[in-house]
Amino acid sequence: MHELPVTESILEIALRYAAQAEAHRITDIYIVIGQLASIVDDSVQFYWDIVSADTIAAGARLHFERTPAEMLCLSCQETYQPGEGDLACPACGSRQVKVIAGEEFRMDAIEVETLEEARARELGSAE
Amino acid sequence: MKERVQVVENIFSANDRLATENRARLDQHRVLGLNLMASPGAGKTSLIERTLAVLKEEMRVAVVDGDVATSIDADRAAAAGATAIQINTGGECHLDAVMLQGALRELPLASLDLLIVENVGNLICPASFSLGTHFSVLIASVPEGDDKPYKYPAMYRGVDALVINKIDLRPYVEFNLEYFQAGVEMLNPGLVTLPLSCRTGEGLEAWLAWVRGQLKELRHG
Repeated sequence: MHELPVTESILEIALRYAAQAEAHRITDIYIVIGQLASIVDDSVQFYWDIVSADTIAAGARLHFERTPAEMLCLSCQETYQPGEGDLACPACGSRQVKVIAGEEFRMDAIEVETLEEARARELGSAE
Repeated sequence: MKERVQVVENIFSANDRLATENRARLDQHRVLGLNLMASPGAGKTSLIERTLAVLKEEMRVAVVDGDVATSIDADRAAAAGATAIQINTGGECHLDAVMLQGALRELPLASLDLLIVENVGNLICPASFSLGTHFSVLIASVPEGDDKPYKYPAMYRGVDALVINKIDLRPYVEFNLEYFQAGVEMLNPGLVTLPLSCRTGEGLEAWLAWVRGQLKELRHG
């Protein structure tokens, strides 16, 4: 499986956006994985701890949102969510169908702390 | 206090950007790029040998071979008459656009017509990494079984042509062609399907005609 390069991509994207936001630390990363994308969250999480070590993303929480597949029937134009293992149209039984959602694999957002926020948090916890 | 930063970026975007660059290089030199994908043992290298035997007389062909280790496949392609470059992925289960970019730098693109990329034998990972080639071709084979479209939908959904190799073995193995094709039709309606046998040569002419047709389209289309 290719979860290692995928995890490196996640790190690269997160660090790039964090640098733009002048972040001191990345605390959370929100990732959307379509039901049809062949990505295993657990493996990404496993590699994450290794590839993010010694970066400002170390220890960041990965949040995975699985989104359902959505199909369009090319025969009757019905849109529907396919069942397990069968992608055929439930309305007319046609197998002339097209995937319109479920293959996505993207990062939607990150949550970061700026240096000031990190200092404020540390002061707060010291009180 | 945390600040939320909107990202909305495809995780594969870095690879996809490089794939676009690879395509531009191929287009610049009008070299037709084919990405051959299949499970191990389906006959990728055999199909390349069979293809070279005929097409090397008509066009200038290079082969880029992706493999976890060894140069066995590139050696076979070179012996069959192609300029061949081996990429050892060092454990990676697929080729990606960065690897192909490196290979393109080593190839004399200006004096080529056809580039065949032999991906790592795998029905899962190569589907996620575009290389920038013009067409993705999946080579299925009869002894693998007729359930493969159902088990590897992402691969079957993403390809532009499907070769079914080893059709000479149909009398000897369980392979329900109708069931197989129903699965393919569901995932990729109207997919160009080319049944053939690299061993007997049956059906090869249709495959060669498809390759010639795509090159012609690229040159004159």
